[in-house]
Amino acid sequence: MAPEVNEIKTAHHLYAVEMIDITKRFPGVLANDRVTLRVKAGEIHAIVGENGAGKSTLMNQLYGLYHPDSGEIRIFGEQKRFHGPRDAIRAGIGMVHQHFMLVDTLTVAENVVLGSEPVKGLNFDLNRAREEVRKLSEAYGLYVDIDAKIEDIPVGMQQRVEIIKTLYRGANIIILDEPTAVLTPQEVEELFEIMRNLKKSGKTILFISHKLNEVMEISDRITVMRGGRVTAELITKETNEREIARAMVGRDVVLKLDKPPHKAKDVVLEVRNLWVKDNRHLNAVRGVSFQVRAGEVVGIAGVAGNGQTELVEAITGLRKVENGEIIFLGKNVAGAHPRQLREMGMSHIAEDRLKYALIKPFPAYYNAILGRHYKTPFASGAFLNHREIKRFTAELMEEFDVRPRIIEHLGGNFSGGNQQKLVVGREIKAHPKFMVVAQPTRGLDVGAIEFIHRQILRMREQDVAILLISMELEEIFSLSDRILVMYEGQIMGEVRPEETTVEEVGLMMAGKRLEEIRGGKK
Amino acid sequence: MRKVLESILVPVLAVLIALLISAFVIVAIGKNPLQAYAVLVRGAFGSKQAIIDTLIKTTPLILTGLAVGFGFRAGVFNIGAEGQMAMGALIAASIASNFGNIPPVVAIPLTLVIGMGAGAGWAAIAGFLKAKTGAHEVVTTIMLNWITTFVASFMVTGPLATGSGTPKSPEIAASAQLPILMKVGAMELSAGIIISLLAAVFMYVFLNKTTVGYEVKAVGFNPYAAEYGGISVSKNVVLAMAISGALAGLAGVTELMGVHHRFLGELSGGKGFDGISIALIGQNNPIGIIFAALLIGALRTGSNEMQFLGVSKYIVIIVQGIVIFLVAADRIVRTIYLRKKVKS
Repeated sequence: MAPEVNEIKTAHHLYAVEMIDITKRFPGVLANDRVTLRVKAGEIHAIVGENGAGKSTLMNQLYGLYHPDSGEIRIFGEQKRFHGPRDAIRAGIGMVHQHFMLVDTLTVAENVVLGSEPVKGLNFDLNRAREEVRKLSEAYGLYVDIDAKIEDIPVGMQQRVEIIKTLYRGANIIILDEPTAVLTPQEVEELFEIMRNLKKSGKTILFISHKLNEVMEISDRITVMRGGRVTAELITKETNEREIARAMVGRDVVLKLDKPPHKAKDVVLEVRNLWVKDNRHLNAVRGVSFQVRAGEVVGIAGVAGNGQTELVEAITGLRKVENGEIIFLGKNVAGAHPRQLREMGMSHIAEDRLKYALIKPFPAYYNAILGRHYKTPFASGAFLNHREIKRFTAELMEEFDVRPRIIEHLGGNFSGGNQQKLVVGREIKAHPKFMVVAQPTRGLDVGAIEFIHRQILRMREQDVAILLISMELEEIFSLSDRILVMYEGQIMGEVRPEETTVEEVGLMMAGKRLEEIRGGKK
Repeated sequence: MRKVLESILVPVLAVLIALLISAFVIVAIGKNPLQAYAVLVRGAFGSKQAIIDTLIKTTPLILTGLAVGFGFRAGVFNIGAEGQMAMGALIAASIASNFGNIPPVVAIPLTLVIGMGAGAGWAAIAGFLKAKTGAHEVVTTIMLNWITTFVASFMVTGPLATGSGTPKSPEIAASAQLPILMKVGAMELSAGIIISLLAAVFMYVFLNKTTVGYEVKAVGFNPYAAEYGGISVSKNVVLAMAISGALAGLAGVTELMGVHHRFLGELSGGKGFDGISIALIGQNNPIGIIFAALLIGALRTGSNEMQFLGVSKYIVIIVQGIVIFLVAADRIVRTIYLRKKVKS
């Protein structure tokens, strides 16, 4: 049943959440170093910071998943000690995790009440559950299909179910952990509308994000974290993206690179009517065709899971092509082995760097030669040429600013950004003619993103053909010469970044064809 | 240097703790543990004969340890060293009994190659099945072990049978027998020990210095990244199993050429499985494996002597079991510690 007890206490205290002098240490890491966070009742408070800044650790302590080593937590002025999420929920805190905690085969209503189901006698009272969910859904403008199964509804709706779940458990303080990562621009707008509604009805929202434009749009106040500490507390109206970025990174950052005009040359890669299946043997790529020319960046936008991964894997020789052709430098290479493709001048910055691009137990100097390990100068005959391998690695790490600059350091021990720089360096130093760049900045901090974007543009100027796949629209817009939008394995349309809008691309990401959108306007 | 010390520390501590715990068992059966251990050490190293006996027992253990350890380094769990060892010896025995007219310079290497080839081929079946169908090598190598057992027993009671008493094959040609390095009484130490040490050097060089070693390790650590880097996973899985099997086959054929000179029904006697323990204690490192094999060889040799004192020789099995448990536990502890660190 939905406990409403907290309503009484919330009343007139200025701060909904106070976390004072919180310190949390993990073996070898000081995750939170005397962090103080004050969230006013009824505000939308953004917490921003790079990966590893300590945001999640801080929120997990607020939600009772970890205990602080020192410091205190107050909820509406009352000091609390949480021994688990159960205590936090009782205190009126709800959390929507980045990965949803829903049972796919149950309905929306069943998922909401799961764990505190209404009963009639000894039986589950489904009608009461549906009624409760309907009431909450209407009260806060959270549209959901109460009787649909989770597996049948879109991600945006699943997220709303998660929010209703927290409300059903009586949450007054709602933590949203990177909620926009999985949404289309339109869904993001809907989410922001819901957040405003929740705020209007007196709820307090903690919004964790690293997307500065979203933070600027929705939040009232911002706490910025870096390296486990709070580096700034800002009032959104009185600040700007530049100031937030500086507090996040600790130096000035160029948020938007200028992309000099550059003429595209010959076609390097052509995909013709490509069909590819996913791991469940369903068609993931359904008749895709496009070209990439030397010296241009072709960006593929789309919500995750619309066939981009399978497309990349097919082009790079990692997945079987069911039908269609991949013409690389005039030769059909559908079904070719990755080694052949690399020999022909293809490089690949893989989307999942820990799965594909990096061998964690290998030292940096072995990771730096993966793909070219058998060729001179890294090998002479059957033997590895360790002296040359190490010299090359040291040079790569210097040139691409990989830290720490220890060539013996194991791949898995570098931070995400430095792993990526190592991979990017390796793939660029192979002097490719064509480069597939998938999600190159996922999970990276602002500084590393800037660096990697510069490298991609540098390759473009050197007349490398580049296929960029990204879920980040900003990245697509700032780097691409042409944008293709993928939805359910098909291309919805091709646009130039200077001739389109985020809204138009967003509509295509949601499954509208370009002709429909532009035709509809007339 | 610190890394080397650290990796030695765990097995050494494990052995000491195991001896300590076993001491309580010996006390419990009413014997003096210090006395028992003194006899154990004397039995393994106390005389020239004892040392030779220990080295003879150690030779095949080094090779099966290398076989399993190599597999682990390449990401395959070759539990079939037992069968590959027997297969190597069986095929070599049936061919090398006809080598009477061939001089040793040819006969010895040829027999070795036959034994290694038989082991490699036998293991490669499991590698091939894994690469093509995804069948796990633990299952297939166990099945191959049983096939070997029955094939061997059929051969020595049927087509190859000779003499009476224990089922056995005819003796291999004298020219195919390994030269004797040292002889004390009935104990003959053959050149097999040198072959096993050379195999350890081979494994070290192959894994650390060659491009194929790089590829095999890459596939073992992360097959996805290997494929991405243009390394054929299926080719390397077959290769890894074949090399592992070749080392096991070598264990069998050196036993054949250096100790028994004929194939006996129970030639392998569990040494293939001992290889798993030895690889574990030696932490898949060729040098570590040599010492781990020596430890097990010495315990086995010394335990016979201990039996005269009224202490069951199975005490050493307890010691061995505790050592393995502790070395494995160390891995578990480290893994948990690493996970935690990564999480935070």
